[in-house]
Amino acid sequence: MFETLSLISLQQYWWLIVSLLGALFVFLMFVQGGETLFFTIARTETEKSLLVNTLGRKWEFTFTTLVTFGGAFFASFPLFYATSFGGAYWVWFAILISFVIQAVSYEFRKKPANFLGAKTFEIFLFINGLLGPVLVGTAVGTFFNGAMFSLDDMKHVTWGTPFRGLEAVLTFHNLALGLAVLFLSRILGLLYFMNSIDNEAIFERSKKHLLYNTVPFLVFFLYFVIALLFKDGFAYKPGTGEIVVESYKYLHNLLAMPINTIMFLAGVVGVLWGIISTLLKGGPKGIWFTGGGTVLTVWALLILAAFNHTSFYPSVFDLQSSLTIENASSSRFTLVSMSYVSLFVPFVLGYIWYAWKAMNNKKISSEELEQEHHVY
Amino acid sequence: MLDGINVALVDWSRAQFALTAMYHWIFVPLTLGLGILVAIMETLYVKTGNPEWKKITRFWMTLFGINFAIGVATGIILEFEFGTNWSNYSWFVGDIFGAPLAIEGILAFFMESTFIAIMFFGWNKVSKSFHLTATWLTAIGANLSALWILVANAWMQKPVGMVFNPETARMEMTSFWEVLFSPMAVHKFLHTTSSGFVLASIFVIGISAWYIIKGRDIVFARKSIIVGAVFGFIAIIYTIFTGDSSARDVAHYQPMKFAAFEGLYNGSEGAGLVALGLISRNTADPTNENLKDFTVRIEIPNILSYMAFLNWNAFVPGINDLIKGNEKFGVLAAADKISRGKIAIEKLKAFKEAKKSGQIVRADSLKTGIMNPEFQKNYFSYFGYGYIADVNTLVPSVALAFYSFHIMVLLGLYFIFFFLFALYYTLKGKIHKKRKFLRIAIWTIPLAYLASQAGWVLTEVGRQPWVIQDLMPTMAAVTKISVGAVQVTFWLFAIIFTTLLIAELKIMMRQIKIGPKSEGGAK
Repeated sequence: MFETLSLISLQQYWWLIVSLLGALFVFLMFVQGGETLFFTIARTETEKSLLVNTLGRKWEFTFTTLVTFGGAFFASFPLFYATSFGGAYWVWFAILISFVIQAVSYEFRKKPANFLGAKTFEIFLFINGLLGPVLVGTAVGTFFNGAMFSLDDMKHVTWGTPFRGLEAVLTFHNLALGLAVLFLSRILGLLYFMNSIDNEAIFERSKKHLLYNTVPFLVFFLYFVIALLFKDGFAYKPGTGEIVVESYKYLHNLLAMPINTIMFLAGVVGVLWGIISTLLKGGPKGIWFTGGGTVLTVWALLILAAFNHTSFYPSVFDLQSSLTIENASSSRFTLVSMSYVSLFVPFVLGYIWYAWKAMNNKKISSEELEQEHHVY
Repeated sequence: MLDGINVALVDWSRAQFALTAMYHWIFVPLTLGLGILVAIMETLYVKTGNPEWKKITRFWMTLFGINFAIGVATGIILEFEFGTNWSNYSWFVGDIFGAPLAIEGILAFFMESTFIAIMFFGWNKVSKSFHLTATWLTAIGANLSALWILVANAWMQKPVGMVFNPETARMEMTSFWEVLFSPMAVHKFLHTTSSGFVLASIFVIGISAWYIIKGRDIVFARKSIIVGAVFGFIAIIYTIFTGDSSARDVAHYQPMKFAAFEGLYNGSEGAGLVALGLISRNTADPTNENLKDFTVRIEIPNILSYMAFLNWNAFVPGINDLIKGNEKFGVLAAADKISRGKIAIEKLKAFKEAKKSGQIVRADSLKTGIMNPEFQKNYFSYFGYGYIADVNTLVPSVALAFYSFHIMVLLGLYFIFFFLFALYYTLKGKIHKKRKFLRIAIWTIPLAYLASQAGWVLTEVGRQPWVIQDLMPTMAAVTKISVGAVQVTFWLFAIIFTTLLIAELKIMMRQIKIGPKSEGGAK
């Protein structure tokens, strides 16, 4: 079945899968966004427990999606994995450490004799919630603005600055994406609280903060998108693979791929509709529109970064070292083998959906927490 | 290839990976085994309807959850460290190694993370049978994730199902099934997971023994011991059986590791197995400090030959045979392998230069030559040797390999008797009277961890200097970065992991003290 596809089709297919995983990860970062809101939304210890517990039952999805995203990138575009992780050393370790401290915090927070105290674990969660989205967003910003690396004949990476990736925050366009992702994750976190917690006070406070977070999100997101459409991009010549700088490259990509453009616009509308309808009507379903919109928007942006002969990880240190889906991918054999494995993805999504429904069919309440055996 | 890479960088990068892996491996075997044990206990609850089994299940599930969280935390670092600290390796083998990692995420981690939520929070939300299914799927998901990472590790010990592509300067997969079902992978998976079952069974028995010593929760403790002892006994027999197969794989594909863990300096026919030994400070070979004499050595004749080749009189090469060569038994000298490796490297370099200077015909001809199966077999299979400057560096630390192997094996044999006694005393109703055995049971818990760690030390230290056997020396795999950066992250992880380990142990001990009657959680 997959054997008949051309190498470029397989590379595109795998970019679509990796990008989808990335998009799902951004949606699932509602957990991180929510983690930055414990001290803002909760007024009592019981309210805080409700917030922690509703996210605590979902954090592993986000975590697993990140791990799978990393694994899928390694399998399908190993040169990116080797170059970015080996090169932007500090950025990736900062992201990873923020997830390490998150992984134990839910489980350990309320356990007796937890050594560091509940407050420390709550601060760990806040750090994860803040650093995770900002750094991931900033790192993805380098897909459009480039990074400081060069590759030799054997594809060994040399980084052009001693800051090993941290210099990305000095490019405001990268940082704007990081901040847009942070505020989006907070919006998603608030919408998830409204969707999953049975508590009037939390609902009302979340609704109020929804507006406060939407304004900075729109500022940073619109800045990022507008600047993206007017900036130079990194294209490669089909056949030779030579990398060239092209004016308005991403605008050209948007015009050249109308289906992707429709997906992008539908995603943005979905995000805004989820927010606006919640602000106006106050229902609990905004998360599904904003969440779905997030997936579509991020997916479309990542496609924009790599399709239509675009370098998805350009090097501003050595232009010809830039990575494209053609020069960074696995071999044809591996991509075909992996494509068969990808057929399991709908099945995996199916059982996740089923389990999610089974667990979320009733909102979490303080009464439930009192009766619950396993509480965070 | 090795420009800008020094010994300190390699050592610190190795230290960081070893630190992460060893911390991770404190938690993983318990997750693998306790997941299955909890699933068995819940099955007994669903089958019998006896609420005592529910209480037992929920108590061990609480400990499972505490352990699971920190295992996840250390695991994510391991996955990404392949990229951050071993980027040259990541490119060289990414075409093969990445696939198992991705499959691990898609098929195993999602199963684990989806159903663990139901396992912990679904008691009052889903039916009994759905909950039981979720518990089993969590346990299966955990063990499935071990499968894929062990397939990847086995490939590093015995690379199969691939070919080197000079165009991309990397190994490329030619057979997924060969990678998945290589005997090394199958035996490694079975041996590693079953050793996790053993550790978890000892954990359950040891903690239950503490309750009996304290004279509390006796029914809970007895039932837990029975499940732990039966499961543990089956698991240890299987662990020994698969360990034997793994040792045979090592003898065939990693003869230097095999010779090192047996302290076999000079090969012989009908070689004996050193059952017990103590390595002295005196050097047995003045040209290699690593080869020390034995102060004490109890050897059983012919066993090593049988263990390695199922033939009592087979020739087992020693370290000196592997370094100097042994024509009579067809063992190639290390110097010969090095010169073959150098030829492979030179040919690759020539290809790259021809490509760069636009000599298409010459480049094509060189590529055809490199891809030729005969060249791949006779020269390229020794590619990594081309980077070896001193033949003595081909010998891993004999003392570390020898002791880790023998500690693992001796403790494994002890565990058989431990499980048998635990089962016998419990079934005879005498366990509460056997105070000495109960204390031994508690002290057996750290021994299980020691055996488990020793196994990995043997696997990873024993294969040095290779990151991929014969193809890539560890030195060539490392990311070119400042030593200071790796030192910073090493100490950062050491502090974080140690702090989290202390927290975990304190929480775990408090939960054990609280016991199965009043489980912890937010009040």
